[in-house]
Amino acid sequence: MSAVEHPAQHEIRDRFGFWKRSYAMLIKEFIQLKRDRVSFAMIVMLPVMQLLLFGYAINTTPHNLPSAVLLQEDSDLARSVLKALENTKYFRFLYEVHDVEDFDNLLKSGKVLFGVEIPRGFERAVRRGDKPALLVAADATDPVAASAALGSLGMVVQTALAHDLYIGDPPEMPFEIRAHARYNPAASSSLNIVPGLVGTILTMTMLIFTALSVTREVERGTMEALLSMPIKPVEVMFGKIIPYVLVGFVQAFLIIGIGVVLFGVPILGNLFLLALLSTLFIATNLSIGYTISTVVQNQLQAMQMAMMFFLPSILLSGFMFPFAGMPAWAQYVGECLPLTHYLRIVRAIMLKGATMQNLRFDALALAILMLLAMTIAVTRFRRTLD
Amino acid sequence: MNGPSGNDIAIDVKGLTKSFGGREVVHDLSMQVKRGSIYGFLGPNGSGKTTTIRILCGLLTPDSGEGTCLGYDILRDADKIKRQVGYMTQRFSLYQDLSVRENLEFVARLYGLANARGAARDMIKRLGLSGREEQLAGELSGGWKQRLALGACTLPSPKLLLLDEPTAGVDPKARRDFWNEIHALAADGLTVLVSTHYMDEAERCHEIAYIAYGHLLTHGTVEEVIAGSALSTYTVTGENLNELTPALTGKPGVDMVAPFGTSLHVSGRDVAALEASIAPWRDKSGLHWHQSAPSLEDVFIELMSRSKDNFQ
Repeated sequence: MSAVEHPAQHEIRDRFGFWKRSYAMLIKEFIQLKRDRVSFAMIVMLPVMQLLLFGYAINTTPHNLPSAVLLQEDSDLARSVLKALENTKYFRFLYEVHDVEDFDNLLKSGKVLFGVEIPRGFERAVRRGDKPALLVAADATDPVAASAALGSLGMVVQTALAHDLYIGDPPEMPFEIRAHARYNPAASSSLNIVPGLVGTILTMTMLIFTALSVTREVERGTMEALLSMPIKPVEVMFGKIIPYVLVGFVQAFLIIGIGVVLFGVPILGNLFLLALLSTLFIATNLSIGYTISTVVQNQLQAMQMAMMFFLPSILLSGFMFPFAGMPAWAQYVGECLPLTHYLRIVRAIMLKGATMQNLRFDALALAILMLLAMTIAVTRFRRTLD
Repeated sequence: MNGPSGNDIAIDVKGLTKSFGGREVVHDLSMQVKRGSIYGFLGPNGSGKTTTIRILCGLLTPDSGEGTCLGYDILRDADKIKRQVGYMTQRFSLYQDLSVRENLEFVARLYGLANARGAARDMIKRLGLSGREEQLAGELSGGWKQRLALGACTLPSPKLLLLDEPTAGVDPKARRDFWNEIHALAADGLTVLVSTHYMDEAERCHEIAYIAYGHLLTHGTVEEVIAGSALSTYTVTGENLNELTPALTGKPGVDMVAPFGTSLHVSGRDVAALEASIAPWRDKSGLHWHQSAPSLEDVFIELMSRSKDNFQ
């Protein structure tokens, strides 16, 4: 710095000031995000990891499920059927009981997940061609484990027995397999999970990103300089929200992409509508996160508050438990959560091919929640250090 | 964009008062700063310097008081003031994870400079940071950080600079460069209000004000402040000065005894009483006494110890 040079005068233009200042903020946020390698990696890692964990936990064919057999007849055919079932590797027979009550207790206590009941007179009935029923009872409180095993049961047993019994080709089953999903007869489809995960993961990441944004500026001491410059609260907010809309969009794209490719989840509805309403949902969550950051004092509080919002979102939105099954008060709370509306939207578009006409109420609810959060944030944003 | 100017006063405030949690940090503070001058703001830690500066740039609202900054009302026109004021915070407040260039471009865009990139480029050249423009601001040394911060403040060509202890923890060479730059800016018509603890820096200001415990105790040019203190100072050199300090402290007329390297400054406002008190020591062998003009530091230390009695 020499004393001779005079400061170069650069012209200040006031037109489009709002956009310019928002843009300045946005560029700054983008650069900071880019520099923050860990956060940047998390944007990709989090959805991929969650989805693979959830997805494969659901879809992996269960093996060696603890099972019991209620043997009411000790015949060669019965032994042969059991052997065939065990050969499928789905079942591992831990208990052999002869009494119905013992059988029920094993299932009830959770010692076994499956029970196979071979009725009295089974072999004779088969030889007579009566097609007796082979009862397979499943503990469907864990619908994921039960439905996969039950679903593949018929084919597997049929193929296995075809070898053992040398029945003709095409094999005709000499008996009937009657699967009975106990405790939770309407086991929900795994297809429900992937669309649900889109909403859950977005809620979590979007909330945290913006919840930390203002408090971080305060804690790093940059807020004082920022406040002394001519930028307005709305401009700060837009500058901080918009970069993460893009981040959220990338995440949604990743999750849905993996869901379609790896788990064969269909997208029956309009992809553009899905993108549009997903963006609305992302912006709503970012606004709520931003509101949190204008209320709390430090980053720890911001994290805790984000979690406090996240938990009911998971529990009361219909992600964990069917929405219709919740008590009325819980449903009212659920209606105030953006995730509830988005879950309806994303499930309806992907699985049922719904149109905007069907979803206008939920889209409106999201928009209202977003505007509400933004209004609170802008009024709460302190323009002075008082 | 010019303020509703027409006068030569950049800052004109009256009766500013500000409390935090029942504690009055700034008390009935009035001050005037001429356009184009460098105004030094001195005072001990926690004396209300930072609070006053924050009130001036609209970051804090005073509990009472009024005034103008660049002709704009400090209570109503904070937005307009912010456009024309560069505020350099005490703590480095640029983005550590942004590079030199990105920080400057951010500021340029926020102020709506037509050519943000060009303005940042010019400033980098001017700061002598060419070749370091892609370095992260957090990785710069203390002196460079201060320079960058000053550069960011002056980028939008403000009319008033508020510098809050800009040279704290910066080496002497960097400090001198910094002050040369401030003088160059003032020569271009910029008004500078700078808070500092350094006496040599105070002496480089056109005018100074001394603030302690929220009260503005004295102000004026350095000469005026020294003259106004009515302080008489004797400088003693010689052996066993350590013994002299406890012997003189608290004697009538002796307001202050302070060691300065190998000499001791003994000062008081009441010359007769001071001379009576030091008389027994004046002819002692090995001690050399001579009357000297009080230094600015003498004046301030004396002001500080006096204000402590009054306000604490």
